[in-house]
Amino acid sequence: MNPTKFVKPKSLKETHHNYCPGCGHGIIHRLVAEVIDELNIREKTIGIAPVGCAVFAYDYWDFDVAEAAHGRPPAVATGIKRVLPDRIVFTYQGDGDLAAIGTAEIIHAANRSENITVIFVNNTVYGMTSGQMAPTTLLGQKTLTTPYGREVSRDGYPLKVCELLSVLEGTRFIARGAVTNPKNIIQTKTYIKKAFMKQIENKGFSLVEILSMCPSGLHMTPLESIKWVEEELVKFFPLGVYKDV
Amino acid sequence: MKKILQGNIALCEGAIDGGLDAYYAYPITPQNEISAYFAEVLPKLNKVFLQAESELAAINMVFGTALTGKRAMTTSSSPGISLMQEGISYLCGCELPCVIVNVMRGGPGLGNISGSQQDYFQSTRGGGHGDYYTIVLAPFSVKEIYEFAKESFLLAEKYRNPVLIIFDGYLGQMMEVFDTDSDEGKLNVKLDEPIDKSWVLDGAKNRPSRKIHSLLMAEGELEIHNLKLKEKYDKIRKNEVRVEFYNVDDAEICIVAYGMSARVSLEAMYKLRQQGLKIGLIRPKTLWPFPYKEINDVAKKTKKFLVVEMNLGQMIEDVKLAVDGNAEVYFYGRSGGCLVSSKEVVENIKKIL
Amino acid sequence: MTTTTTKKSFVVKIDKEYCKGCELCIVNCPQKILVLSNNINKLGYRYVEIVDETKCIGCGRCYIMCPDYLIEIYEK
Repeated sequence: MNPTKFVKPKSLKETHHNYCPGCGHGIIHRLVAEVIDELNIREKTIGIAPVGCAVFAYDYWDFDVAEAAHGRPPAVATGIKRVLPDRIVFTYQGDGDLAAIGTAEIIHAANRSENITVIFVNNTVYGMTSGQMAPTTLLGQKTLTTPYGREVSRDGYPLKVCELLSVLEGTRFIARGAVTNPKNIIQTKTYIKKAFMKQIENKGFSLVEILSMCPSGLHMTPLESIKWVEEELVKFFPLGVYKDV
Repeated sequence: MKKILQGNIALCEGAIDGGLDAYYAYPITPQNEISAYFAEVLPKLNKVFLQAESELAAINMVFGTALTGKRAMTTSSSPGISLMQEGISYLCGCELPCVIVNVMRGGPGLGNISGSQQDYFQSTRGGGHGDYYTIVLAPFSVKEIYEFAKESFLLAEKYRNPVLIIFDGYLGQMMEVFDTDSDEGKLNVKLDEPIDKSWVLDGAKNRPSRKIHSLLMAEGELEIHNLKLKEKYDKIRKNEVRVEFYNVDDAEICIVAYGMSARVSLEAMYKLRQQGLKIGLIRPKTLWPFPYKEINDVAKKTKKFLVVEMNLGQMIEDVKLAVDGNAEVYFYGRSGGCLVSSKEVVENIKKIL
Repeated sequence: MTTTTTKKSFVVKIDKEYCKGCELCIVNCPQKILVLSNNINKLGYRYVEIVDETKCIGCGRCYIMCPDYLIEIYEK
């Protein structure tokens, strides 16, 4: 029997993860692992896991991974890349980690054009802590801390990270994908690959934002959450390449 | 060879001679001379210099470099060190060696830019969340700043733990002559076995992949880890206390002081000795581990202690613990970035005679 | 001239014990050959089953969608 290309990538451990049914993290972890395998960089990759559901990523990926404090992965990545510039260093962060507590770190790492890759998982809630409002929560969206819906006057607007970072001169590749259907997933994988290639080619900072499903946090079934992301989220956070220089 | 150096610069030279690989920091008075010096010198030595966007970022950059097994350092002053407490807790939880320097200024809050010793509690009681300690070194001269900085990386790697070097803003600004050939001020860190680097993250080439994290959720896992840390701290307590005694053998009153307070108290002690009074000085060089046993031994003969600090009473708690009720413990201190004076120390000694 | 195409056939392996019944693979299968079993696995979920492996065209959409890497597809 010859395998087709549909087997689990080497950079994923045998460990079964504990993410909720239908959680986008599982898909995105696999895409990152597939890209790392295809680019043959597993032995020089160091990943940085966030605080959030994906904190356990170090149990699922089969390459060197460190856990950083909430919001700090870009600074930790800087500390690694500056002393080991030939290694491939990437961060994997959620919307709370990157766009709330970590805004200073991501903006400055992008501004310095740190030669790192950032995988930014946007599911509009703080999943790990039961679904509070996140910087990317939509107006009117109900969450644990916005039971009546997010309102501008109290909570401000959802943050558009790709748009924000594209303005910075130091950014080289900024793209937004989604993992809601096979077409989106395949497209998102090309963005992830491009982002890692930028680092390999020493071009500078790259970030891929990925619209993802958090069925538990959104209080929806997996299929409902996919529909919601495809119909509501994509409207507000358009998919595509924002910058490629 | 005799050399004259400013305290802050002596720190830089000591760190470079000690094998510094990367320096990350954020501007804050009274230690800006350090980053100015490193900004100029480190690129010439092909070492990493980076001004971070905040102290939060700086300590996390140190964390990143420490993950790779390389030697990282950051410096700041009291308010910035407050910002770093989260990072320090993570560094200790992950057992990462590194060096953090606090050039103490007046507080709390923004305080002022004058020297103080108001961060004794922050430094010696962990500082951030969790059961952990950092080794705390307290130099009292420019030579000691140089020597402590030089050996701090080895000490940190020996125990896979952050090392804090704290000195007040006055020592940082002070210029002093010292003899580079003398052994004065050396910590003499001894290794009982080669440094273990089997945990570093530098890419899983020809070896299994590794992970470094401080989140330990499995049943009982975190307690096991904390007990392991305790074992390490007990080892440090046993092996790394450094303390200096001056005229303690026949002392009727012992001053206990560190850093600039010790410099001033030394002068007071000599003045009082000239007047025929039997005064001694105990100068802890490690504030953690604290010389509890050593002070307890002195308290068998000396029945009065005067703790002199540039704060309103922090180290005095440790001295009271050490003395364990066997002697009287008095306090004299100045606050808000004010210097103690030998005149005031002499007056306070005479009050308790 | 005639061209003959040999229809490829595939083996689909599903690690049902770890399936969480999210149904992402089911709704994306163009051949509609994946269903939720009426039985539950050790995790307590109704797991995915393939009703007719001979109809599989090896498109891989189930593999692409599965967040738990439970599906492997081999060419016979």
